[in-house]
Parts: sequence; C-alpha cells; structure tokens
Amino acid sequence: MQYQNIFTTVQAVGPTHHGVELGHGNSPRTGEPVIAYWLGRIGNAQLGPIYLGGLGVASLLCGLIAFVTIGFNMLASVDWNPIQFIRQLFWLALEPPAPGYGLSIPPMNQGGWWLFTGFFLTASLLLWWARMYRRARELGLGTHIPWAFAAAIWLYLVLGLFRPILMGSWGEAVPFGIFPHLDWTAAFSLRYGNLFYNPFHALSIVFLYGSVLLFAMHGATILAVGRYGGEREIEQIVDRGTASERAALFWRWTMGFNATMESIHRWAWWFAVLCPLAGGIGILLTGTVVDNWYLWAVKHGVAPPYPTVFPEVVDPATLSGVKP
Amino acid sequence: MNLKRFLSWAGIAGLFLLAGCERPPIDSVQHGYRGTGMVQVYNPRILDLTTEANVLPVALPLAPGDSPKASSLYKNVKVLGNLNNNEFTRLMLSMTAWVSPTEGCAYCHNPANFAEDSKYTKVVARRMIEMTRHINTDWKSHVAETGVTCYTCHRGNPVPSNVWFTEAEQNKGADFIGDRAGQNLAAKSVGLSSLPSDPFTPFLLGELDIRVNGNTALPSGNRHSIKQAEWTYGLMTHMSSSLGVNCTYCHNTQSFSEWKGNPPQRAVAWHGIRMARDLNTAYMEPLTSTFPEHRLGPTGDVAKANCATCHQGAYKPLNGQSMLKDFPELAQTGAEAAPTKVAKK
Repeated sequence: MQYQNIFTTVQAVGPTHHGVELGHGNSPRTGEPVIAYWLGRIGNAQLGPIYLGGLGVASLLCGLIAFVTIGFNMLASVDWNPIQFIRQLFWLALEPPAPGYGLSIPPMNQGGWWLFTGFFLTASLLLWWARMYRRARELGLGTHIPWAFAAAIWLYLVLGLFRPILMGSWGEAVPFGIFPHLDWTAAFSLRYGNLFYNPFHALSIVFLYGSVLLFAMHGATILAVGRYGGEREIEQIVDRGTASERAALFWRWTMGFNATMESIHRWAWWFAVLCPLAGGIGILLTGTVVDNWYLWAVKHGVAPPYPTVFPEVVDPATLSGVKP
Repeated sequence: MNLKRFLSWAGIAGLFLLAGCERPPIDSVQHGYRGTGMVQVYNPRILDLTTEANVLPVALPLAPGDSPKASSLYKNVKVLGNLNNNEFTRLMLSMTAWVSPTEGCAYCHNPANFAEDSKYTKVVARRMIEMTRHINTDWKSHVAETGVTCYTCHRGNPVPSNVWFTEAEQNKGADFIGDRAGQNLAAKSVGLSSLPSDPFTPFLLGELDIRVNGNTALPSGNRHSIKQAEWTYGLMTHMSSSLGVNCTYCHNTQSFSEWKGNPPQRAVAWHGIRMARDLNTAYMEPLTSTFPEHRLGPTGDVAKANCATCHQGAYKPLNGQSMLKDFPELAQTGAEAAPTKVAKK
C-alpha cells in the first residue's frame, strides 16, 4: 500500500538551497526559497528561487501586454460590465480582422488589437523559448526541452502566422477566446471539407493518443516497480537494478518487446513532438494546397463509400423549376 | 485534510461542474448505415415535454347545411368572401382561440363596427391568412399536405413566441476597443454557443451564400472564409435546436456539403430556408409600417420568422399532426386582396 498513493507519502525535507553559483553573464536567481507542504505532496516541497534574467522578464512583459489586451477587449465587448465579463468569460473573444482586410493593417477595433496581441504573444513565446534554451545550456543539459517546446510553437505559428500569410488574409487566423477558438476549430473543419480526412491530422491524432498511451504505460511501470527503487530510472539506464529488470521483463513477457530505461524516453519525446509537427503540416496544407479534404480523400480512395440507406436525394439547387 | 475528505470535496466539485448537463439515460436511434455515426440522440424527458406542448386544440365542429356566402352578408370581407357563413364564422372563432384567446374578437375588430379596418391587428391578420394560404399551396415542398394554420406559430399568443428581429448594432462607444464582430456572447438564437448570434438577417432575409465548401479537392477559386463558415454554422445550429435534432438528421457528416448519401430531410430543410426567406421578404417586411412602434424590433424592423417560429423544438411542427385537414379553406388559392392601410380614425 505504501507505494500505491496518488500523493507523496513521505516527504524528505532538508535545508533550502539556492542552487549552484552561476557563471559570468548570468543574473542572480530571484526569490527566497520556502518549503510548501502541499507542493511536497505532488512534487518537490521547495518553492523557488526562480531564474528570470533579461529574456524571462522581456517574455513575461510581452505576455502580460498580450493577456491584458485580450482582457480589456473582452471587457469592452460587454460594455465594461464586470458581472457580464465574469458570466460570459468563456464566450468572449478578441477576433482577427475580417477577411476583407487581407493582410493589410486594419483599424484597431476591426482586428488591429488582434494583430497587436498576436505580435506580443509571439514575441513572448519566442523569448521564453530562447530563455529555455539558454537555461538548458547553462545547466549543462541537452536541448531536448526547448526543441520540444519549439514543436508546439511551430503549430501556434502555423495557425496564426504562416497559414494566414499563405492564404492572404489575417481573417483565416484563430480568435483569442475560450469557446470562440473551439467554434473556430469546428468551422475550420466544416469550411475545408472535414479535417478528419486530412492524413496529417490523422497522424497528429496517432501521436497524441500514442503519447497518452506511452505516458500511461511508462508512468504505471515506474510506479509499479517503485518498491524496488524504480523511480531512480536515470541511474538505472547505466546500472540496471532489480526494478529495471522486472519492469523490462513485464513488458517482454506480456507483449514480446520491451523498451529500455533510456529508449522509453526517446519514444515519449518523439511521440509528443510529432503530434504538433504533423498537425502543423496538416493545417498548413489546408486551404493552401487542398480545399476540400473529403473530395481529396475520395479522389485518392481514402474515404470509403458506404452502402446506400436513404432514398436518393438530389441537391434542390440543381433542379430547374424549383423556387429560388 | 485526509484522503476521504479530499475525495468528497472533489466529488462535490465534480457534481457542481456537471450541474448544467442533461441527466442520463439518453436514447440514441440509428438511422443511417451502421458505424457511421448517423444517429439521433433523444432525451426522453425533453421528448415528453415536446409531446405535451404539441397537443392539438380540438377543431370546432362545422355547422351542417348550406348558408349564404360571407361576402353577401358582411362588408369589407376581402380574402374570405367565398366562404359560406358557417365556414366563415367557424374560422373567425377558431382564429380567436388560436391567436387571441384572452383578448377575444376585439383584439382585431372594433366591437362597434366589425367591418372597419381601424385596428392594425385586423390588417395584419388578413395578410397572415393570405400568407397561410400561400404556404399551404405554394410551399408544399416544405409543408407537404400537413400544411400550417395560424395555430402552428401562434399557439394562443397574439405574437408568436419565436420571432426574430435584426440584432441592434453593438454599442462600441468611440469604436476603439471591444468589437464582437456579431458573435462571442452566449446567444439563445444559436443554442448558447459563441457563434454569430444573428444568422437570420444575412440568410433568412438576405440571400448571402450559405454554402461555403468548394466542389473540387484542390483550390479552384473558392474564396469563402472560415468566418463565413461560422455564420453558416450559426444558422445550422439554430435549425438543429429549433427542430430538436442532431446535425445527422439532415447531413451525412462524412461531408456536410455532399448531397449523395444524405437523409432526404435535408432537401425539405433546403426548401424551408427558402420559404422563411420568402415569407420574411414578401409578407412580413411590407407590413413594417402597419405595425405600431412597440411591436417593432430594436432597429425598427418587423418581427420575422425562422425555423423556431413554427417548429418550436419539434422535428415537425406539432409533431407532424395536421390541423389543415379540418380547415381546407386555408389551402385555397385565390386572388390576393390589395394591401390595406389602417384606416385613420
């Protein structure tokens, strides 16, 4: 039972530490570390310090400008009524310019604010990416984390920048809002003839669900061998102990093949990264190269024909003598 | 806090989040090829309410025997003059029961002189009888032989409870910040989604393109935007919630634009859109100046019809029961009366 808990049951708490000295050109870390019991239940109990640095401060500032611009547009859209702002928060949005504006710069209230926000949000994300890369390097790590983040930024840029430019209209981009961006997603699929027939969308879903499956398998395996010290998996990459052996044998004997303590993490990394990479390609091709994915799928034998169930229906608009 | 307490709090929070959902069980009925999701989802409790709300009023009996024509007995009978007196009186009484049961005859007629056109309601009612006949004779592609009567929309209300007005322009102040672009509020008209909340003005009054899909796999000049797709999506959501049906009632969702393999209901709905547009432009809009100001919408426009006006949540108005068979005079073709103005007192 000791090893079967959602929360950390035993917290080892020592004196807080600020971390190693940083080399030349780094700013000091910010904040006096504290021990938070409830954080200790789900992770490390020590909170802080955090490294902000020039890139971090610039990124937060740009992000804040974008966040506040979206918020004030939403508040203004309900006539500055704070109650409606809370009630309708999930419905409110900052919309991109109307398609008629093409790629020109529209008046502030006709999409100008959307471009303004998009600029600062993009700057914020890219600065944060640079900060992650720098921090990884300074700690002597590989750059796997920033490159994984870059995969997500790729999808974001395809949706809000690359594809609208290729289509010649900012109006093709996504609104900033909770439900509105979901409605946009459905409308995107409706407009371009069913995104489910887009093979890159399909690949993206494979990697998404695949990531979930791998994460569940790996997480479960490590928890299951926790009683043998299995959570020390990185050490076990080079020095397999009984936990690692048992985990490997479990999968070898249940499905014939087993990953290693190292390779499972490469599996996970590639599945996660390929999800937005493949998705981004699919979005980029939509409207630019393919206009109707259903008809594309019919043309290439992807969409299966189903047996006729209903009496034949003819498009009334093609009949002569039909009203309007 | 122990685990038990944590779990009970999580349970309460979960129930709170689910409070807006319909409770199970929900029935699903397959009506297309297996495995294709061509399924209608019904909540039996909502279905019961719809059944209760769609019980037909009892049709008044028609007095037997022949009687003189209404035109020979009454003055100023412009569209129902060829009915005999029995039919005429029965229809007038029925209309009172359907449209103004509490207000009575005086809702339309001056009790001192039934013949005069001093009340706007009488002028409108006359035009509405003509509209009903127009629907029943010229729009069989949508209403078939079931037809409509005054009751289909009115249901005992002087103004049908589901009418629409063009949405007032958003108050944008100095037009510097906060433009909603006609969407992004929880709007009843589009099933509480954040879709454009007045899809009626462009599609059921105007004739803007509802179809946004291209007919070729690769781009060949289809310039419809995603934003346009959202307006179409808004209209379709209105249709779905007005009829209490899923998208798959009319569409094979493999491809929303493809007609092959679609349920036949889609063609009926296609005619319905044209019918609503015809009624709004040919019958309702010309009546704008007849209505008093308090009956007009925020932009000074007349009340208009959409799918909900007749359907009121049922897949067919009144669940497909025909009242027209008891009132064949509402399906007559005849010369339409010249438009009447409300007489000045």
